[in-house]
Amino acid sequence: MRYLYYPGCSLKSTGKSYEESLLAVFKALKMDVVEINDWNCCGATAYMAVDETKAFAIAARNLALAEEQFNKEEEIHVIAPCSACYMVLLKTKMFLEQNLAEKGRIKNALKESGLNYEGKVKIRHPLDVLVNDIGVKEIAKAVTHPLKGVKVASYYGCQTVRPYSTFDDQREPHTMDDITAAIGAESVDWPLKTRCCGASLTGTIDRVGLPLSFMILKEASKRRADVVSTSCPLCQFNLECYQDNMNKQFRNDIHIGVVYFSQLMGLALGIDPKTLGMNRLFVPPENVYKIMKGGEKVYV
Amino acid sequence: MSNTNGNGTIKGITPRIGFYICHCGHNIAAMVDVEKVQKFVASLPGVVVSRDYKYMCSDPGQELVQKDIKELKLNRIVVASCSPLLHEHTFRRAVEKAGLNPFFFHMVNIRENVSWVTDNREQATAKANALARAAIQRVFFHKSLETKKVPINPDVLIVGGGIAGIHAALTIANAGKHVYLVEREPTIGGHMAMFDKTFPTLDCAACILTPKMSSVKNHPNITLWTYSEVEKVEGFVGNYKVNIKRKPRYVIEELCVGCMDCIDACIYKEAKYPDEFNQGLSKRKPIYIPFPQATPQVVLFDPETCIDFKSHRCKKTCIEACDRKAIDLKQVPEYKEINVGTVILATGFKTYDAEKSPQYGYKKFPNVFTSLEIERIVNASGPTNGEVLTKEGNIPKSVGIIHCVGSRDEKAHKWCSRVCCMYSLKLAHLIKEHTGAEVYNFYIDMRTPGKGYEEFYDKLMNEGVHFVRGRVAEVTDWALIPEEEHKLTIRVEDTLIGVVRRIPVDMVVLAVGMEPREDAQDIRRMFNISCSTEGFFLERHPKLAPVSTFTDGIFIAGGCQGPRDIPDSVAQAGAAAAEALSLISAGSIELEPNTASIIESFCSGCKSCIPLCPYSAISFNEGTKKAVINEALCKGCGTCVAACPSGSIIQNLFEDEQIFSEIDGLLKFAGIELEEMEVVNA
Amino acid sequence: MDTTIDVKSFAPNGKQNGYNGKAKMINRKIKYESELSSDFKETIAELAHGEKLYGCIQCGTCSATCPVSHYMDYTPRKIIQMVREGFRDDVLKSSTVWLCASCYSCTVECPKGIKITDVMYALKREAISAGYFPKRFPTPVLAENFFAQVLNNGRNSEGPLLMKMYMKTNPFNALKNTMLAFRLWKTGRLTLKTEHTKDRKSLKKLLGSIDKQKEALAK
Ligand SMILES: Cc1cc2nc3c(=O)[nH]c(=O)nc-3n(C[C@H](O)[C@H](O)[C@H](O)COP(=O)(O)OP(=O)(O)OC[C@H]3O[C@@H](n4cnc5c(N)ncnc54)[C@H](O)[C@@H]3O)c2cc1C
Ligand code: SF4
Ligand code: SF4
Repeated sequence: MRYLYYPGCSLKSTGKSYEESLLAVFKALKMDVVEINDWNCCGATAYMAVDETKAFAIAARNLALAEEQFNKEEEIHVIAPCSACYMVLLKTKMFLEQNLAEKGRIKNALKESGLNYEGKVKIRHPLDVLVNDIGVKEIAKAVTHPLKGVKVASYYGCQTVRPYSTFDDQREPHTMDDITAAIGAESVDWPLKTRCCGASLTGTIDRVGLPLSFMILKEASKRRADVVSTSCPLCQFNLECYQDNMNKQFRNDIHIGVVYFSQLMGLALGIDPKTLGMNRLFVPPENVYKIMKGGEKVYV
Repeated sequence: MSNTNGNGTIKGITPRIGFYICHCGHNIAAMVDVEKVQKFVASLPGVVVSRDYKYMCSDPGQELVQKDIKELKLNRIVVASCSPLLHEHTFRRAVEKAGLNPFFFHMVNIRENVSWVTDNREQATAKANALARAAIQRVFFHKSLETKKVPINPDVLIVGGGIAGIHAALTIANAGKHVYLVEREPTIGGHMAMFDKTFPTLDCAACILTPKMSSVKNHPNITLWTYSEVEKVEGFVGNYKVNIKRKPRYVIEELCVGCMDCIDACIYKEAKYPDEFNQGLSKRKPIYIPFPQATPQVVLFDPETCIDFKSHRCKKTCIEACDRKAIDLKQVPEYKEINVGTVILATGFKTYDAEKSPQYGYKKFPNVFTSLEIERIVNASGPTNGEVLTKEGNIPKSVGIIHCVGSRDEKAHKWCSRVCCMYSLKLAHLIKEHTGAEVYNFYIDMRTPGKGYEEFYDKLMNEGVHFVRGRVAEVTDWALIPEEEHKLTIRVEDTLIGVVRRIPVDMVVLAVGMEPREDAQDIRRMFNISCSTEGFFLERHPKLAPVSTFTDGIFIAGGCQGPRDIPDSVAQAGAAAAEALSLISAGSIELEPNTASIIESFCSGCKSCIPLCPYSAISFNEGTKKAVINEALCKGCGTCVAACPSGSIIQNLFEDEQIFSEIDGLLKFAGIELEEMEVVNA
Repeated sequence: MDTTIDVKSFAPNGKQNGYNGKAKMINRKIKYESELSSDFKETIAELAHGEKLYGCIQCGTCSATCPVSHYMDYTPRKIIQMVREGFRDDVLKSSTVWLCASCYSCTVECPKGIKITDVMYALKREAISAGYFPKRFPTPVLAENFFAQVLNNGRNSEGPLLMKMYMKTNPFNALKNTMLAFRLWKTGRLTLKTEHTKDRKSLKKLLGSIDKQKEALAK
């Protein structure tokens, strides 16, 4: 099967290592993945707040572009790794299916800009594709450096599983934990898998947002996680990059690696850390490296 | 259409039709222009009089029809009003009283089928016109018919031996009629047998239930079959044939006296398997009795766990211990066939599976319990002898009771389960009494309608139980402050204050709601009744026939019809028993004369109808080489009529010319004329 | 006729009210029907795609599951009731709308299937169009700038976006975060370059067409 890939704005900037590691993992698993030509912003959360029809229209443009690019395919699978993009694209697709008047308007607008949208696109999260299409068995087979002894706190955040996705349980998701098990690591059992990290509030109103991120990291360390694994660029950013601010604000000394699940996968598949964008991390997952060093191959 | 001539004469009779359209207050008149319909029908051939009236079913309404029959010499009557289920009988009787055969009457439903299902007055009126014309054309062809009376078998089958089934059985048996009580579990008692106390009076459940259970066992008019299931039901009101399977207990019921020596002698010294009656909170042996007051007092084997069933190599110490020689490991299922006239279904309910609401942590956190588990725990004969302890063995200092688990929730069940508020209050009282803990009740709305119920709520408030109005979002082991460590924290908005609270507790009780039993749909099919959308058995009328079903002679009572408490279940059981007894004392029942019959001269003797009849009412006469229908067995389903290749079967009230003429009347509104029909001229 | 009360004389800032300023904790807590907007609930229900909000049973699950409700001036549950009862101005002026992190917990947990997050979005849009949002509150500023950027460039550039937001709301905050920005730049995770799609014309056409159709609809 061929997949289209929709990076979204974050995976080209703050979330660069998500893109780097994910594409490397796809390659290692011999998946056929191509980026959508000249995609635009998904419309994202903040946009919805301003003008909904326009937000849906620009999101729909990406769906139309995907159909143009893969025009021969019956069903077009678009991988959207950023949870906000994933949620917005899914929402757009559902909205167009349910709201025929708006659909007409948006189709007209697309036509004026030279595009067409038929509804053949399926929006997929990489966790969905990896667990349900590729399968944990295949992933386990490809592992060369099992992360034995590494304790991972899987952190799905909000919009990966809420509110529209159907590939995982909304309250007790498990796909990331399935992958964790497939690469030989161990999941910690914790209640904050889908607790909000503060999203844009961490950057805008840090008095409200920062504590949310802090409580998540605090609980992960308390449950003896070596590393927090994420599937969203904003979560990763909030949880990792603000650790200094948190320590200042809450007089604490939190220091825990927060990486993308694809980075952990990459390490287990034997991909070199630089290709996985590990060098871009503020807080390198020291514990993971230490445990891996105990094995035969030495990293970093 | 030419099956009538100008003055409406057919086949030598001149129909004189009276048409009556009912306003049903505003129910019909608000959406259907009744006057317009009345005028339209007046213009149709054969119609002598056409009237509209506020309430046709009232006495003056009926008298109107009777007067017209006499004065205008009417010989056909059509009433357009509500569903025939409600008033067909009323009007037929009225017509009969006026000296006309009741089957010259026909009813049109313009309420459920028209006015209630649209908000377009114009279209509603057009549809009413169409249906009225169809009926007028149909009654042309109606014939005089005689109803048949069949005797009612006075024996009654009751399925389910919870409090509802028990009460119904005793009521009927005390009236001198015979009852077969079939219970699936090894003992009767149902849910009530598990409780310690019952609200609102807090009387001991066992004290009020066990005497009734033993009366059932000892009553000369009751045949009690526990550990048994209904397998097949045939027949109709007054004459049901029922097949029952009695599962093997591997113990001869008549010999066992319940001394339990065998249980002591079992080679398992320790009980090892989860005890169903105690919700798995304690253990039992492969040979066991559900609880001390189980009725009948007979032990049984669980072949799944008994060594001898698996390997045939047990020493069988149990058999040796029984000096009454009651154990029979070779016992096989026993099949019974009984004939009864009426049936009462009292199969009860099931509690909501709390694991389906993962936010409350049931099965994840050991100290989260369901209400049914707590009922056992507070029970003096329960797994802990009535001691309320956490899984760690400590007396809880604080307990949270979460209402509405699985109820009032679109993701689970939309309905209110009606009893949970009250039983949560009861449990709050019992837990506080047993432990002295701080008890919190988290409720959305406190529902305590019932005699003495609000007073019970008041009592609980004065006992110092906390009441927090808010639906709990989550039970978590995520501690934010030291006081929450090693506790379960409940997150809830105290909606009366408007503040989110985090309340650490040692124990959580989930007030699970009531839902239909898993096999409710199978039972429904077996007894040919209906279920409402949520899956509980459907009553014939929510207000006026709450224990009847759409199948005559089958009644429902208790939790199988919807969530309800013990007083209401008992009241319903009494009502169902009275309904059954009233049929029995009438002695016989009139059957609708809608039976099929064979026109011998047409029958080619192909036998295709015979295997199709679901009631085995058709046989073959080897002498004449023609099929014969036994009218007493025919239920009027019409299957054979449609299947007969030579068109030689006709069915009363559904003759071809009646149906075609009716269809023709309908289609005229779409501008379609049926071809002149062969049958009409035949 | 003369019996109608001048509601303003009871207003918290009304001059007649001698407590103003001196005793702030004494707040008026009464609402007159004439102060409410009876069509507000329909407006919001339509914007949020659903009339389900009429069926709220005020259970508070939304507030209890919300990660930020303890900072809001009205909890999400109260907002639903206020929308339903037409407390338009109070709702649109509340901080709740801007504190909602769009985490969708409430939407998933609501036993009545009310899409509370979508209601919050609808309220954000209403508040912006009514000009009600707090001036130096960063969220609406962020939303508006984001909007402008995507409109022009097709993509959003996180660096310039955040810069603008901080400058407009709290320049001090920008300073506080310079270290963060520097580290992001050093690890190649942030540029001040503006991102954009190649075919910006088609995007303009797309959005222009929506405007045109909306105008036509309004007529
Ligand atoms: C936790 C809890 C506490 C409660 N506390 C109180 C209280 O204090 N006071 C009060 O008034 N009410 C209370 N109730 C409500 C009470 O349980 C019900 O009103 C009552 O049990 C209904 O009785 P029933 O006979 O209809 O159903 P059940 O008690 O469910 O009995 C049905 C019987 O039918 C049998 N059965 C089911 N299917 C079949 C079949 N196919 N064939 C043969 N047999 C079958 C079952 O085995 C069972 O024995 C409580 C309910 C719960 C859940
Ligand atoms: S959770 Fe839903 S029903 Fe409950 S208060 Fe919130 S919006 Fe209303
Ligand atoms: S979506 Fe908004 S209102 Fe709802 S729980 Fe999340 S932050 Fe709170």
